Amino acid sequence: MNHALLVAPILVPLCSLLLAIILRRHLLAVRVLSLSGAALLVAVGLVLVWQAAQGVVLTGQVGDWQAPFGISLVIDRLSAVMIAISAVVALVTLLYGVAKDSDSKVGRDFHIFIQGLLTGICGAFITADIFNLYVWFEVLLIASFALMALGGGSRRLAGSMTYVALNLFATLIFLLAAGLVYGASGTLNMGELAVIMRSGEAPPGVTPALLLMLLSFAIKAALFPVFGWLPATYHVALTAVSAMFAGLLTKVGVYALIRMVTLLWPEYGLPHQLLLWVACATMLVGVLGAAAQTEVRRILSFHIVSQVGYMILGLALATPLALAGAVFYLIHHILVKANLFFIGGLAARICGSERLADMGGLYKRMPWLALLFAIPALSLAGIPPLSGFWAKFLLVKASLDAAAWWAAGIALLTGVFTLLSMNKIWNEAFLKPHPQGEEALQVVTGMRPAWLGMSALAVMTVLIGLGAGPLIDYAVAAAAQLADPQAYLQPFASAGGA
Amino acid sequence: MEWLAAITTGGLAGLGLWMLLDRNLKRVVLGVVVLGNAINLGVLTAGRFFGERPAFVETGNTVEAANPLPQALVLTAIVIGFSLFIFALALLKRTRELHGDKTTDSVSSITEQPAPDWHDSEHESDGAEARR
Repeated sequence: MNHALLVAPILVPLCSLLLAIILRRHLLAVRVLSLSGAALLVAVGLVLVWQAAQGVVLTGQVGDWQAPFGISLVIDRLSAVMIAISAVVALVTLLYGVAKDSDSKVGRDFHIFIQGLLTGICGAFITADIFNLYVWFEVLLIASFALMALGGGSRRLAGSMTYVALNLFATLIFLLAAGLVYGASGTLNMGELAVIMRSGEAPPGVTPALLLMLLSFAIKAALFPVFGWLPATYHVALTAVSAMFAGLLTKVGVYALIRMVTLLWPEYGLPHQLLLWVACATMLVGVLGAAAQTEVRRILSFHIVSQVGYMILGLALATPLALAGAVFYLIHHILVKANLFFIGGLAARICGSERLADMGGLYKRMPWLALLFAIPALSLAGIPPLSGFWAKFLLVKASLDAAAWWAAGIALLTGVFTLLSMNKIWNEAFLKPHPQGEEALQVVTGMRPAWLGMSALAVMTVLIGLGAGPLIDYAVAAAAQLADPQAYLQPFASAGGA
Repeated sequence: MEWLAAITTGGLAGLGLWMLLDRNLKRVVLGVVVLGNAINLGVLTAGRFFGERPAFVETGNTVEAANPLPQALVLTAIVIGFSLFIFALALLKRTRELHGDKTTDSVSSITEQPAPDWHDSEHESDGAEARR
């Protein structure tokens, strides 16, 4: 039973993917299959979270080959909650896709590739093997390439070209780093590598190779100074695709960073110092970049960068509270950011443009959409009592506890600028009258599934904000597990640094 | 033989990086392949594979066997790299059909253009598609 549960997050989307390819001639069948697959994955995710909350850590060896020869799989608290949240975002993405796809071919491919993307994402959250992590990165990468280009058009293809070239480069760096780590340490198992690093007598060459690996994760997570690819490409994809990317893709990079850094460097050290600077620069540069933009999705894309900085700040401080803050931020951010992209896309569709200058009049025409936008927007800026407030509160408190005054200051300043950006979208798109008069607003029909999904995300944001206690407890427990990763280390305990 | 592999890896990687920085998109895509192959060779060499003995030997005689793991890793990487290369080529072909010219500058200037007006369907219609 446990083994079935362990591989279920990979098997469910993979089976949906394969069945969808077989049934590709029937759009309705593909939709039903893909939606029910995602719903099943949400259920699996909830069961995993429930189990993880009891302190159960699922571990297993693929094909019963013993570690370090076989590939280890581990689902701890962090993995479980990431799987659950990814499944939720994927389900909402699919609902949005069902609502809007008019072209059946694009609609069909959309479902197939989203399932592929989900397979890669879940695989990356489960694996405890570096090379296997590389393979899952490639799985999600190739699905994301296809999704990026989906829908065609000159802008989208040009954006895909940039996206493909830079992401391929990042993945090649990861491959090189994995090869060098294996060459220097003789293992690809994260647990055994952690034992070697913790023994204090790591062979020379391991640390530089691992830093190279952190660089490739940093590109994936869009950290300063290697974030440029993200705001250059995310705004050209289909709305549903860019929302899923915004919610999940950079967060896989953040997850990989959290996993590797907490495993390999339990003590505060060089990577943490580096990451602290990088985190502060990422927060500031992202939010200032957003201030210069005048299109909804470009503003939001720059905010992804600045928000990732917060999570890395939590990782860099490395105190239990800071790590818990990073985990909480991760969960809150995925929900809020994906929702903002969905709402922004719908608003742009109604206004006939996503250029802020040519938008307007939404508040008068659609007050519900305005409310729906206000919830995640205020949450992103960290206004109480929404989820973002608690996320920022944990991180700022952790920075102050660690006497990193300036980091706390930058985090707060970034929050102010974020509010400013959200205010800009609010004023331009919602409050001001539409430049071409109210009749220019288009009536968009058939979006009921999308409304359902977006409202569900907004309700979750409010619920997390009002009842933050249990989730904070979960995040603190997840952070404790990260600081003491017995499930990873235990198989090698007797070997003792050999 | 290790030094030869190391020099080849370094040379190929340098060549690949140089091509990646080129303005011509075709060369950028080929640069990814060259860099990918350099890294494949690098992974193989770093895994202490000297190419003198096979990985599969008679049962019980493990002393003679070469380490199969780096070979398995590189084999996986080659397959993945090949499929990604094909995708990049297809993308390149389509970009050329749509734009004619194909430099990195033109690609980024297209993505930096202001967002087009939103039609009922979000799918931009391009000339080439309408012709079909």
